[in-house]
Parts: sequence; C-alpha cells; structure tokens
Amino acid sequence: MSSPILGVIDYGSGNLRSVCKALEASGASPRLITSASEMSGLDAIVVPGVGAFAHCAENLRATGLWEPVREWAASGKSYLGICLGYQLLFESSEESPGIEGLGVLPGRVVRFAAGDLKVPHMGWNSLRDTAGPLYKGFPAEVSMYFVHSYYPVPADEDILSAQCDYGVPFAAGVSRGALHAVQFHPEKSQAAGLALLRNFLSTL
Amino acid sequence: MLAKRIIPCLDVTDGRVVKGTKFLNLRDAGDPVECAKIYDAQGADELVFLDITASSDGRATMVSVVERTAEQCFMPLTVGGGIRSVEDFRIMLRAGADKVSVNTSALQRPELISEGAEAFGSQCVVVAVDAKRDGPGKWRVYTHGGRKRTERDALEWVREAERLGAGEILLTSMDADGTCGGYDLELTKAVSEAVQIPVIASGGAGELEHLAEVLERGKADAVLAASIFHFGKHTVSEAKAHLASRGLPVRRRFGD
Repeated sequence: MSSPILGVIDYGSGNLRSVCKALEASGASPRLITSASEMSGLDAIVVPGVGAFAHCAENLRATGLWEPVREWAASGKSYLGICLGYQLLFESSEESPGIEGLGVLPGRVVRFAAGDLKVPHMGWNSLRDTAGPLYKGFPAEVSMYFVHSYYPVPADEDILSAQCDYGVPFAAGVSRGALHAVQFHPEKSQAAGLALLRNFLSTL
Repeated sequence: MLAKRIIPCLDVTDGRVVKGTKFLNLRDAGDPVECAKIYDAQGADELVFLDITASSDGRATMVSVVERTAEQCFMPLTVGGGIRSVEDFRIMLRAGADKVSVNTSALQRPELISEGAEAFGSQCVVVAVDAKRDGPGKWRVYTHGGRKRTERDALEWVREAERLGAGEILLTSMDADGTCGGYDLELTKAVSEAVQIPVIASGGAGELEHLAEVLERGKADAVLAASIFHFGKHTVSEAKAHLASRGLPVRRRFGD
C-alpha cells in the first residue's frame, strides 16, 4: 500500500516543519495545504497550531480554509487536530471571548485556574483512560509533551479518548468516528508521539 | 503527573558544541546534531541550543544545526543566543525550534518579549536570566553572557518578563555556573516563587544529587545541565533513575 496522503493545514501558524517531519517518519506523505483547491485527493487532514485561539481562528479564516476545514471535520472524514487544531474544533475559548471556534464539537475551551500550579502546563505528563485506535498497543503508562494554558471541556463525555491531570482532570484527547484530536504534541513526544501518529495512519 | 524535566544544554559556536566554565575557557565537545541524537536516545525531555557565536556566518550555521536536529529528533527544542527581533524568532521557529530564548536583547528592549508572545504565543518565549548574588536575598541581572552588570534586580525582572508574556524562565546562577558545586537553591526558589510560569534551573550541576536538590528545595520545574552529561560522567537515564529514587516524578521512555 502506498503511504497515505495527508494534508497539513498551513495557515501561517505553528511549527509545520516538525509536524511534517514526524508524519514522514511515521510513514505518511504530508502535503502543505494553503488553499481549499488543494484539499482534493487527500486521505486525511492534520490541523496543527500553536499560539492564541483568536490568532489561529483569524489566520484560518484569512486563508479561506475555515469553511473547508469545518466541513471536512463535520462530515466525518479523517482529521487529526493537534493543540490549537484540537481547541478550534469547539465553540469558543476563554482565551478569546467573542471569537467563534469551528463548532464541530459542542463545548468550550477554558483556562487552567491560577493557584499553586504553573501555567502554561508545560512538559511531559502521563495520560490515563486512553481508548480508541490512536492509543492501540500503548503501555499502561505513557507520557506526552504538553504546552498549553487552556483546555477544552467537551459537552459530550463519550468522545473522550485520553485524559490527563494537571490540578484538574482534563480531556487530553477526543475521538469521534474518524475525527481525532489531541492537546499534546505527538510531533514532539519522541517514540510515544510517533507511535500515535502511526496508529492514526493505520486508521486510514 | 507532570514530570520534572531534564534538559541538556549545548553551547554552540560556529556549528560546534562547547562548554564554558564560568563563561570562559571553552572546550570542544562535538557535533551538535550528534549530541542531540545521543540525548534523544537517552530520553532527555528537551534540548537547548545556546548559540554563542557573535558573527552572522555563525547564525546561518545555527539555523542549519536546528534544521538538521529537528529532522531527526522529535523532541522539544529551544534555541537562544543573539535573538534580537521577531524576525529572528521566526527564522528559528521555521527551522524547527519550538521555543526561543532571549536574554540581553530583552533587557535592552523588553517589548521584544511581548512582540514574540503576540506573534507566536507565550509558550515559545523563554526569558533567560543570568543572575549574580548582590547581597542577602538579592540578585543582580547581568547581560552579554555575564560580562555586563545591569541595574536590574533579578526578582523584579522575572516578574516583568512574565507580565510581558514570557512562557518560561531559564535561570542561570553566575555564582554557581561552572563550579560543579550545585545549583543556587536560594536564588532558584526565590525566582520560582516570584512567578507563575515554569522555571528551568541552570548553573552548577556536578552530581546527580544536585539535580534532585534544585527540583525539590529550589522548587524548579526543570533542570538544565551541560558538563555533567557532555563528558559522559552521567547519562540522562541515570539522572532520571536518581530523581525517581528520590520520589520525584520523571518521564519514562516509551516502551521502558
């Protein structure tokens, strides 16, 4: 079988190079997608993203990719969201009041409460209650690399596919059919991250 | 549980790794990409490249070092040294860095911190602070690789950096750096308690117990070390085993 063709959504945000290199190392052929016309013939899209919610939302709208990405995710096609590409799936974020998310998943994105904990939540944290194809064959304890100050609270708890604890329990990842999204960075999570990407590719 | 991070630091000049003792007397310790791969295999949690080259040729070399490392090591990578503008941030992030560390240039023009945070997010702005004891419970900030004294108090500066949008503080004790006698626990604790953002302790690691001390008593979130790892005295795996034996949360490698 030839390697799956993945469209990495390039909206001027995030470290696309690392995502592409990690996908290549996992056996995919990533393609940078900068306009809607480039989205045909893809097996899946990957939506990365770092930075602020509003900034990512604005950039995605500016490239004209907002609606195609929303439709893709909403129609149940294969989607992998990473960090902001996960948060954007929800309706809104406390980080950017008044800015709409893609609204593909019901729920909102909230900030870690200030207190004894350092924010951003930065570093390697262990996942628990993992479920679904992305975590297939994983050992009981696995850590991934996180860098974020906000996290989604999905209205539908049935879509949770990985949980994590940082002061509070939070949804580290969700899956709904072929749509998968994670708060951590598989492209920066060494062997564990590459294993997750390979698992994603094997769903295609 | 969030793990305490162990971060090897590679000082790079003209594409080669060196380690300064008290910021002087440089010794050659190899090719940065090869070093990065070794640390990746040992399970280092992140890597820091500090570009100590002043020339523009050196800068171009550094971009290539970052690119080649990011192609082979799927781990968080911070690059610092000589970053003066948002454009410098962009170049390093494009090359594959995840975070950019600023020091002298941020002290000269603190808006650089907010500009970097606005353009790329706080998570990629690390403010490196070189501090030297200046009386009981007081530390002074130095610039230019520790050669130039400023009027800044270290605790005031880290608070300002946080307010401007820094995502992390990389704190080096100039008194401890290069001594191998242990981190400055008092300084690290004071800085860690002054800010809400993570603090990486740097300078002074000579034994594995020093790492445990600064994470526990110094309340650091991560430790940066160079000589202790570069010359094969200890591996990152040994360091993690030691921290784990002290009850500190460390990340185990996938499959271990």
